Amino acid sequence: MAVPKYKTSKARTRQRRSINMKLSAPTLVECGNCGNRVLLHRVCPKCGFYRGKQILKPEELA
Amino acid sequence: MRHRVATKKLGMMTAHRKAVLRNMMISLFKHERIRTTKQKAKVLRSIAEKAITRAKVDNLHNRRIIAKKIHDKPVLDKLFKVIAPRFAERNGGYTRILKLRQRITDAADMVFIELVDRKEKAAKSKKKTVEKETEKKAPAKEAAAKKPAVKSEAKKTPAKKSAGAKDVRTASLKNEKTEEKTEEKAAKKPKEKTVEKTVVKDTPKTKAKKAAAEEKKA
Repeated sequence: MAVPKYKTSKARTRQRRSINMKLSAPTLVECGNCGNRVLLHRVCPKCGFYRGKQILKPEELA
Repeated sequence: MRHRVATKKLGMMTAHRKAVLRNMMISLFKHERIRTTKQKAKVLRSIAEKAITRAKVDNLHNRRIIAKKIHDKPVLDKLFKVIAPRFAERNGGYTRILKLRQRITDAADMVFIELVDRKEKAAKSKKKTVEKETEKKAPAKEAAAKKPAVKSEAKKTPAKKSAGAKDVRTASLKNEKTEEKTEEKAAKKPKEKTVEKTVVKDTPKTKAKKAAAEEKKA
């Protein structure tokens, strides 16, 4: 059976992980109503607005 | 390859899935907006829109086909008489999916799925909020001694009302209930008057002034 000849060095492991396990920050935009940072295409969880309309009433939030 | 795989299983067996989607479709047509997960909403969109398209032509055949899925007569009638005519001019795209935030428990993507021409029941919701506000504020304004009395009245009245409405048929309880009702009315009338006054006063601007005044007093 084919078996690795050499142990994977710390450097090689880390090089691989630096690319393949990279975390990315979510893209956020400012809510048009309250300026809160929101995920794209999402109803603002703070003020309940989406595309200039009140989707969630204030008492429905949280 | 997922060629020729049309169904999304949603992690359920066939019967379960059918039942869930059927109930959701009924809820959607009943309430015009429901909150579910994104995956369910996308499957629901497909079947609900097909139902609306078919409901545009109101005949026995179409009614029977849709009645297979909508086991709720009032909702079936609503679909054919109210919802479908509203969409007469629109060719598809009757529903809208609005993405909300993830559910806290399992991080599922939550969405609203709603009928595109859904209208807010503004009057109702406003009334509710007003009532809530007044319930909170009215006792605060009155003297401390009156507080418990007002609260207990507020709690009792809705319970009594519903009970009274249900038990109207039972004649034996009638007399007692009617007595209670009259008492309620008597108790309610003065309350409502005070409530109205508070509503007028409690605009946002005056609120701040009042708060300041109260602080001064204290």
